[in-house]
Amino acid sequence: MNYIEIALLGLLLICGIAACVSRNLMVSLIIFMAYSVIMSIIWALLRAPDLAVTEAAVGAGISSVLMFVTLKKLRDINHTFGEDQSGEEKLS
Amino acid sequence: MAKKSFRETLREWDEGNFDFTMKTAGIPLPENEDGKEKEGSEWSRTPHLRTAGSEIKAFSKLYPVFAGLLLFAVITFLLLVIVEMPPFNSPDTPANRSEVTWRYIRSGLSETGAVNIVAGVILDYRAFDTLGESHVLFAATVAVMILMLAKREEEEPEEELSILRNDLILQNTAKVLVPFLLMFGAYIILNGHLGPGGGFSGGAVLGGALILYSSAFHPGKLQKILNMKSYRIIVLLALSFYSGMKCYSFFSGANGLETIFGTGTPGAILSAGLILPLNIAVGLVVACTMYGFYAIFTRGRI
Repeated sequence: MNYIEIALLGLLLICGIAACVSRNLMVSLIIFMAYSVIMSIIWALLRAPDLAVTEAAVGAGISSVLMFVTLKKLRDINHTFGEDQSGEEKLS
Repeated sequence: MAKKSFRETLREWDEGNFDFTMKTAGIPLPENEDGKEKEGSEWSRTPHLRTAGSEIKAFSKLYPVFAGLLLFAVITFLLLVIVEMPPFNSPDTPANRSEVTWRYIRSGLSETGAVNIVAGVILDYRAFDTLGESHVLFAATVAVMILMLAKREEEEPEEELSILRNDLILQNTAKVLVPFLLMFGAYIILNGHLGPGGGFSGGAVLGGALILYSSAFHPGKLQKILNMKSYRIIVLLALSFYSGMKCYSFFSGANGLETIFGTGTPGAILSAGLILPLNIAVGLVVACTMYGFYAIFTRGRI
């Protein structure tokens, strides 16, 4: 195992822990995208180029976009709820 | 609080007026009379109490201990599994000793005509699995449509998204990137039997390009080409083409009949029998599904 693979695996570990630990969901999603990109490079190094292409397209692209949309929807729900219940002053 | 039937409680919870964890957290429940919350009750004035209250307090001290124990157990188990695994590239791995692997490697090229063995496996030997996967994607889209398409034409939630549409950086990036992304997606799909890639990854790239375009610009232009009607036609045609062709190929292959799809010369673009058309069908289904998810989630319709 050469140094590049060890460095990539270390980065993968850091990304995995950081995605779990970060308090902001948006930040955690972006770290998760980075995790997918590193994972796809590792697939390519393990001589699985099919998986690498799929991981880059689906893991880093589509699933992150869908999770961003879900996050936006959740924030929308919270926002309208706060307005309806006139709890804005208490929150800010 | 008056005693309510389970069904009424469930409906309130569905409408967001009732949180099941409030009871255990010890925060007084709102008095619900004729289905509306009292003005100025403590619970409705402080929505942030909800998140604080949704932690079940009785377990708050034991929770980290048990979580740590569980984490430790899982990590130990996984490390033990790793110790037992054969080293990378060793000839003793179960996959290397399997008869099927050597059959695929030795005679995959002559039997399927695909230079990329993975494409030969997923779209020829194991094409039935891929058919099931395409139908799973279709079923997922149908489920999302059932849930999210409920509110029809009269509602236009375009206002919230219009902030994004005027973003100059996003628009210029999309202008540059979208043609190349579409081309790259088509390349991955069409070269699935010659190199890495195939229907799923290429379709995901195509879907990503469509999502980028529709999030940067007004989706009206895209809707002229890709709306509910064309979506239905594309997905129906692709899935039925896949099913029909695979029925034919399984029938003729199982009975040793002559097929009209030869394997061709390996390495040519028009080779490998059914793999190229099946890749195109899968790619279309995946691209439509990905874009459909995004469109339904943001706008409520395709």
